[in-house]
Amino acid sequence: MADKDQLIIESGEAAQPFKYAVGMPGSKFFAETRDNKRLMGEKCPKCGRVYVPPRGICGKCYVKMDEWVEVGPLGVIGTFTILRFAFIDPETGHQKPVPYGYGFIKLDGADTLYQHYINIEDESKIKIGARVEPVWAENRKGTTRDIEYFRVID
Amino acid sequence: MAKRVAIVGTGQTFHKSHRPDVNGQEIINEAVQRALADADLKIKDIDAIVIGNMDHFEGINYVDCWSVDGSGGVMKPVIKITTGGTTGASLAIGGNHMVGSGMFEKVLVIGWEKNSESDTTGAITTAFDPIWDRQVFAGAISGLAAEAQGYMARYGASDRDGARVSVRDRKHAMNNPHAQLRKEVTLEEVLASPMLADPIHLLDVCPRTDGACAVIMASEDVAEKICPKPDWIWKTAARHSYAYLGDADYGRLVSMERCAKEIFQKVGIKEPRKEIDVIEMYQPYSFAGLIWIEDMGIVGPGEAPGYIWDGNTDMGGELPVNPSGGVISCNPIGATGLIRCAEAAMQVMGKAEGRQVPDVNFAVSTGFGGCWWTDMLLHGKKKPN
Repeated sequence: MADKDQLIIESGEAAQPFKYAVGMPGSKFFAETRDNKRLMGEKCPKCGRVYVPPRGICGKCYVKMDEWVEVGPLGVIGTFTILRFAFIDPETGHQKPVPYGYGFIKLDGADTLYQHYINIEDESKIKIGARVEPVWAENRKGTTRDIEYFRVID
Repeated sequence: MAKRVAIVGTGQTFHKSHRPDVNGQEIINEAVQRALADADLKIKDIDAIVIGNMDHFEGINYVDCWSVDGSGGVMKPVIKITTGGTTGASLAIGGNHMVGSGMFEKVLVIGWEKNSESDTTGAITTAFDPIWDRQVFAGAISGLAAEAQGYMARYGASDRDGARVSVRDRKHAMNNPHAQLRKEVTLEEVLASPMLADPIHLLDVCPRTDGACAVIMASEDVAEKICPKPDWIWKTAARHSYAYLGDADYGRLVSMERCAKEIFQKVGIKEPRKEIDVIEMYQPYSFAGLIWIEDMGIVGPGEAPGYIWDGNTDMGGELPVNPSGGVISCNPIGATGLIRCAEAAMQVMGKAEGRQVPDVNFAVSTGFGGCWWTDMLLHGKKKPN
């Protein structure tokens, strides 16, 4: 092993873009956040669970869902963490700004948790069960970024 | 024709953070050669190969294809299994199914990873939903931190309780020459190490590792001819939950509970705490050492911290957990679940050397994946009925 430079070959700067289908339930959800600042879930006709994000099928009951119900926009922190270590965000290729609040939000009327940023200006308020509201983006395009983040309102 | 299945040989690399001296097939070959030597078999004796890793870590797919010079798969049936973090345990369950079906007599099971070849957090992110999960996601650690928060809020556990588990596993690793991190840590060191994602400190969580593991499984027709005291696979279980990360119950691992109930009920284990002699758990961070032994039914909800502090899971305790040092000491991800299986097998076979637990009758090994999946195997000294 005289020349250690020959041990590793780098893959270079090549990029591979993808195109992901959101599906019809997700598309409706995003149309509502974009046009009406409303959060919508889908309700299972069998077990009654309300799913956010919506997904067309209740995996537990394995039945189709087509009943829409409005959820939130208020909710509570179901669980959370505060990310403090720097890492490369594969979605952007750049270092993710840290620290940031990672919330699993239990929106009023929903049975699942919705993942989003939590404002951590006052870390002492970030607790499981804390009441939160969404802060809507001015320019909404029909993505998860239509909400900028959630903030504690207690 | 269904056959009983035994593990008759195991092999591992000496796991390290970086192995630039070997490529994928070479690191695989190191583990395979050791497993063949352990079972005193030649590659020509092997009827089929099951191999896997999390192939997005290296960005090279088709390990079943390109690894054959190293794996020994030239002109043999080779199948790939890849199920995220559970890959290694799913490989073991897949090998068990292949031999148990009666279609193959001797199967070589291989799990491997070279985490040094890419960015682990970036690669893990590609396993999650691009629309709903990735915006806030920060690799494996963010979900684990959310689980720990949920557990602490529910049961009043502290970060000192978590740290105690790290201290245990890092101490155990001192007995395992294959482990990557072989340096003891103190409670104070764990709690003073950088906070990565509340409440997880650097020393609460697994490292990134290059390594490989191979296990040879044989049917009851030949197992005891190959190995006088093989490790019999009594039962396996697997449970997959979750579509999106927000669907999980943060603070309880339901998939672990279901796997344990299925296995213990089928085998007739009523008091797992007394009837199981050792556990090799896929425990990627310290708090899982508390939460998941409760879900496994070893102790009741909220009882794990007391059980751990009393030394019950230390070497020499009532039920030693992770004599190998576990995942906190070593994590070549696609191999990790299979290493748990191999370590449990070594305990049953009496081959665990410096980390041997005396008189092991039953051992449990598990696999865990970031989507809150669990795989579980029950290993036993006696041939199952």
